[in-house]
Amino acid sequence: MSITTNRSSDGSELNIHIKGRFDFSSHQAFRDAYEGSGGAGVHYVIDMAETTYLDSSALGMLLLLRDFAGGDRANIDITNCSSDVRKILTISNFEQLFNIVA
Amino acid sequence: MEKERLKVLVADDSLSDRMILQSLVSRLGHEVIPATDGQEALELFQADTPDIVLLDALMPRMDGFEVAQAIKENGSEDLIPIIFLTSLSDAESLARCLQAGGDDFLSKPYNPVILEAKINAMNRMRQMHATLQRQRDQIAEHNKHMLHEQQVAKSVFDNVAHNGCLDAPNIKHLLSPLSVFNGDVLLACMKPGGGMHVLIGDFTGHGLPAAIGAMPLAEIFYGMTRKGFALGDVLREINRKLKLILPVGFFCCAAMVDLDFDQESAEVWIGGLPELMLCRGDETVALKSNHLPLGILSADGFKADAYRFEMRHGDRLYLWSDGIIEAENPRGEMYGDARLRAQFKDGGDNPDLFDKLRDDVIQFIGSGEASDDLTLVELKMVPGADMVSVVENTSTGGVLGPRDWTFSYELRGDSLKSFDPVPVVMNLVLEVPELRSRSGDIYTILTEFYSNALEHGLLGLDSALKRSPDGFAEYYHLRGERLERLSEAFLSFTLKHTPLPDGGELTIDVLDSGQGFNVEKVNQSLEQAGSQAFSGRGILLIRRLCQRVEYSEGGRKVVAVYQWQRERGKA
Repeated sequence: MSITTNRSSDGSELNIHIKGRFDFSSHQAFRDAYEGSGGAGVHYVIDMAETTYLDSSALGMLLLLRDFAGGDRANIDITNCSSDVRKILTISNFEQLFNIVA
Repeated sequence: MEKERLKVLVADDSLSDRMILQSLVSRLGHEVIPATDGQEALELFQADTPDIVLLDALMPRMDGFEVAQAIKENGSEDLIPIIFLTSLSDAESLARCLQAGGDDFLSKPYNPVILEAKINAMNRMRQMHATLQRQRDQIAEHNKHMLHEQQVAKSVFDNVAHNGCLDAPNIKHLLSPLSVFNGDVLLACMKPGGGMHVLIGDFTGHGLPAAIGAMPLAEIFYGMTRKGFALGDVLREINRKLKLILPVGFFCCAAMVDLDFDQESAEVWIGGLPELMLCRGDETVALKSNHLPLGILSADGFKADAYRFEMRHGDRLYLWSDGIIEAENPRGEMYGDARLRAQFKDGGDNPDLFDKLRDDVIQFIGSGEASDDLTLVELKMVPGADMVSVVENTSTGGVLGPRDWTFSYELRGDSLKSFDPVPVVMNLVLEVPELRSRSGDIYTILTEFYSNALEHGLLGLDSALKRSPDGFAEYYHLRGERLERLSEAFLSFTLKHTPLPDGGELTIDVLDSGQGFNVEKVNQSLEQAGSQAFSGRGILLIRRLCQRVEYSEGGRKVVAVYQWQRERGKA
């Protein structure tokens, strides 16, 4: 598992790329990835192109990010999900909370 | 660092060598225990427990190798380092010293500097070993303590979470805890009217955090179900509570089922659990999760709308947590969705499907580890009569409520759209202590009258629609639509209880502002159709429960008189 971030020059967009299994072991790295960014008002893009698996604590971490990014006002895209990852997000009905882009 | 005074056992048969060593060691500030041969060395070792042993390799009666072996085998957990004293210098002899259990060797003639360095090195090793042992014992003690605490906590947890009716004849289940506490919860409880609520939940994580969340969940589930609250109300309250107490990122994937044994229908709400399977006749239908897990959305955003469908006697529902799908065999392969589905593909009508499924999963795991909790449950629709043996614990409080009263409760306008008055009314009725054990009868009468007044009286729905599965869905669709448009309507309950010499009489009066119906015609058709009619069974049941049931005001008003008698031999 590795997490890399890419911030737009004006700080308005933060891209978080998650590689491999996204589970509890990524907890600290994932927090480090968004803490210190602007929170509400920032557009977050979680790139799951190379994410192989999500467990329930990863779903919990996404909720933490959502909270950090302003709760119901959060602007978060989850992009490039594989069908497995997509399925986990769908079972949990996370499309009600995140903008899941195919 | 202050120098430690050690007890050093010095064993050498040569007097001069022994004297030299003794004085060298004493000068280093240590206490010396001299031994003249192997046998004596072993005896002194056992009597005085030295900190370090210096052993000559070749001695009479018992040589150094034998002594070393005996010392190492005596079973003490403490490390007592052995340094061999030897004039031998070939590699093989030196290796033999270490093989016999020696920790180091010192060549004759003795060099005081090297002797001191070796004793110090051995002492460091001894101290490290002692520290390690102390810490190990501490950890073991802590662990013992923690397990004990967990067991006590678990029995508290079990009393709260497992006081329902999981052993009812229509339930088969598998619930295997990963740790002392389970991240999964499985709860079942009879409703006062005779139906059943079942909830399966999977908390993020296991152990303490999950168990702490499960406590209020179970309390709310049992408390509200027993008071007659509907599925949606129970879920809304659980969600509100979990949202309040769980930190962000913790939640509970769950599914809740409401089985109505008399109407042969079921309601299911699924939030975040894998799809569940309905085996109905010879068809198998998958019901997908259509809600977020519990504890994520605020009260405003939470939706409690459920699937509602017919379930005939013998039809079964299968629910599981994702632990089944993620269960791994020793090769690290997951049981997976496909294997699970295959079980249903050509086995949906197999009455032993649960056992087959459970055995297949357990066999698949073999010696592998279940990475999550495994929960699997089968719920069967059975005739209500099969469930009468399932008695819920209805303990009464210490205070006796009143027995002689009248109250009236009227709902108007918007309150009719979302609020179910039955639990509120039930709560007041059950203040009469003797009515608690008869709560099923009263709940049945109240819900039947309430739904008739609302659905037929106020909404003008026709029960005939429910005769076909499509009509069934249409009925509830229309119900929702018309409820939304409802205005200027009311529905009132007037209840009166009077004590009688050997019991009491409860009069239930329900009035609505709807169009009413042709009382004569309905009475007639009820008598003709008998108990075979698809609808109207409710009212026939109520006639059996009550002394008197009368419609008046053109069908807008119904009055039922329910009498109860004290059981003989009881006060």
